[in-house]
Amino acid sequence: MNPPPAAPGAFDIDATLDSAAILVCTGAGGVGKTTTAASLALRAAERGRRTVVLTIDPAKRLAQSMGLSELDNTPRRVAGTDTSAGGSLDAMMLDMKRTFDEIVLTHAEPGKAEAIFANPFYQALSSSFAGTQEYMAMEKLGQLKATGDYDLVVVDTPPTRSALDFLDAPERMTTFLDGRMIRILLAPAKAGGKAYLRVVSAGFTVFTGVLTKIIGAGVLQDVSQFVGALETMFGGFRERAQATYDLLKAPGTAFVVVAVPERDALREASYFVERLAEESMPLAGLVVNRVHRSAGEFLTAERSHVAAEALEEAGGHELAAAVLRVHADRVALSARERRLQERFTGAHPGVPVVEVAALPGDVHDLAGLRAVGADLATAAPPG
Amino acid sequence: MIPGSFGERPARPVAEAAFTLDCVADFPDVRLHVVTGKGGTGKTTVAASLALALAGGGRRVLLAEVEGRQGIAQLFDCPPLGYDERKVAVAPGGGDVFALSIDPEDALLDYLHMFYKLSRTGVAARALRRMGAIEFATTVAPGLRDVLLTGKVKEAVVRRDRKRLPAYDAVVLDAPPTGRIARFLNITSEVGGLAKVGPIKTQSDNVMAVLRSSTTAVHLCTLLEEMPVQETIDGVRDLESLGLPVGGVVVNAVRTPLLPPADLRAAETGVLDVGALVAGLEKAGLDAPDTLVATLIGEAADHATRVALEERGRDALGELHLPSYELPLLPDAVDLSSLYELAGLLRAQGMA
Repeated sequence: MNPPPAAPGAFDIDATLDSAAILVCTGAGGVGKTTTAASLALRAAERGRRTVVLTIDPAKRLAQSMGLSELDNTPRRVAGTDTSAGGSLDAMMLDMKRTFDEIVLTHAEPGKAEAIFANPFYQALSSSFAGTQEYMAMEKLGQLKATGDYDLVVVDTPPTRSALDFLDAPERMTTFLDGRMIRILLAPAKAGGKAYLRVVSAGFTVFTGVLTKIIGAGVLQDVSQFVGALETMFGGFRERAQATYDLLKAPGTAFVVVAVPERDALREASYFVERLAEESMPLAGLVVNRVHRSAGEFLTAERSHVAAEALEEAGGHELAAAVLRVHADRVALSARERRLQERFTGAHPGVPVVEVAALPGDVHDLAGLRAVGADLATAAPPG
Repeated sequence: MIPGSFGERPARPVAEAAFTLDCVADFPDVRLHVVTGKGGTGKTTVAASLALALAGGGRRVLLAEVEGRQGIAQLFDCPPLGYDERKVAVAPGGGDVFALSIDPEDALLDYLHMFYKLSRTGVAARALRRMGAIEFATTVAPGLRDVLLTGKVKEAVVRRDRKRLPAYDAVVLDAPPTGRIARFLNITSEVGGLAKVGPIKTQSDNVMAVLRSSTTAVHLCTLLEEMPVQETIDGVRDLESLGLPVGGVVVNAVRTPLLPPADLRAAETGVLDVGALVAGLEKAGLDAPDTLVATLIGEAADHATRVALEERGRDALGELHLPSYELPLLPDAVDLSSLYELAGLLRAQGMA
């Protein structure tokens, strides 16, 4: 494993925002990745960088606050950004299907694109193959970077089952398109195909037979047609996937892993941090969202409860007793979160960490994003 | 139905007693409980607790997951689950909870075995695995994957033992999240474009018939937060529009309001009676420096804001007019003993 890139302790967000060219926010579902990505992008823009944030599936009100009313795959200027430092903020929502269509248009031979678009198998692949969304997010990331219009591209990753899917998806996609099944279907008449077929014939015969029976011969025909039309694009797919993967390892790329102080989210963050190290991909740090801390932790939960109990028995001080119970809960929650977080920092002592205090409601305007950004930049290191 | 009670969650003895009392449950005819919810709302925890609750009093319940996450194994602290059903817990009163993780590859081989007498471990099956045929098949026909997964669940629901009795009294499915649930369960239209006739069409029609019947209930798990509540409302609408039977709403991680209503309002608007608070702290023998008082007032305000937010979420959910159940925020990470506690609470509220 590679040594972690940064010194242990606090995560210096502003240093990362000022120097990175690509920032990838990743983590388990429901940890506030989109909000973190948008807050980081806004902060970078207001610190003077020409920034674009690529979001995947933002909550409606957050999207609206950034002027993202339509899913049109084009970066839009975010009104209300403070541009006095010379920066700017664009935002866009990923349209997975459209991005795929654009790749086809770029790579397909003239006249073949329409046939590909009309193919039912293409329609299934471009809208529902597990991994298409991740692949297209990476593709779009590469495109945005290549425009040269931006100093910094911030990308939010799709809400996957596992954060690791994001790294595995392009590989899975190319492996699939390049796979044995496709080649067999593509060239059953070729000599190599025949020889290969003999080896696997038992399974294959059953398989094509079953496929034909259960989903109809038409589907297999569609697949053959699609694969035939796409044959010239395969090289392009592989190259693009490789180029984007390389981009993720390039200097200037930084990963921000997002979690909340809960067991599953932190476990997922651990997996991801380990994976980044294996792939020699640069980790900027861990953002822990929705953290509860108390400035009054010297008054422990136990003492708070004892005092509340005494007041309740004596009577006449219901308010103080209730407030003490609230405090006791808060301190207990803080302690629980700290224990979970310490498990992470114990296993990954070199990873810089920043905490963001829990907000009572969701963030859905620029002022809210700005406040989260400020919290990210100033929050004290844990411990 | 006993709707989720506000502010007076049943104490533990009640929860334990519920296992032995003969409660009238809200879903007496339901044999398949599908549990969905937005990511991070505790869907797997709720599914596991519901399975335990349903098993109480000597019943057999199967708990299934379909996304390969091994969330059930983590909760029950047992080795990773496979396609074979394995006993993972014993419910109070002697019931059994079995569990499995349904993998599309195994489900396809199982399917081929049923319809084509293809040996699950033979040469052909191994070749199919090696070629990535399953990945291929489920990619060219995405609906096929869901038919295979739900097909296995349906098979467990209708399975009979040697005495012709149902193999399981109930099956609980830890299903995909709310955002994908309608599509996941609406398999007929998913395969409709691919297969108009043939065994897969028959299979999907049979599965769909079970999913749409009154023996199925889709429960939605949520937190009292803005986005999960909105997703729940959208999810219910989607399910209903497809004719899928919506069961109840399980509100997870509910905080008990610790301040009386008047004080909650005062705390939220920043007009808490500071004098009374300081007097109380002094009475309790605590030093009450200004910093501590300010901290406590801030924490009370946070608590009040949170309670108000939860109240708004609860109101929005109330308009769904569905049976609802509340589970408290647990002080520690969920473990086996807390699953029993949550199961008791679900039973006490009539969900099982």
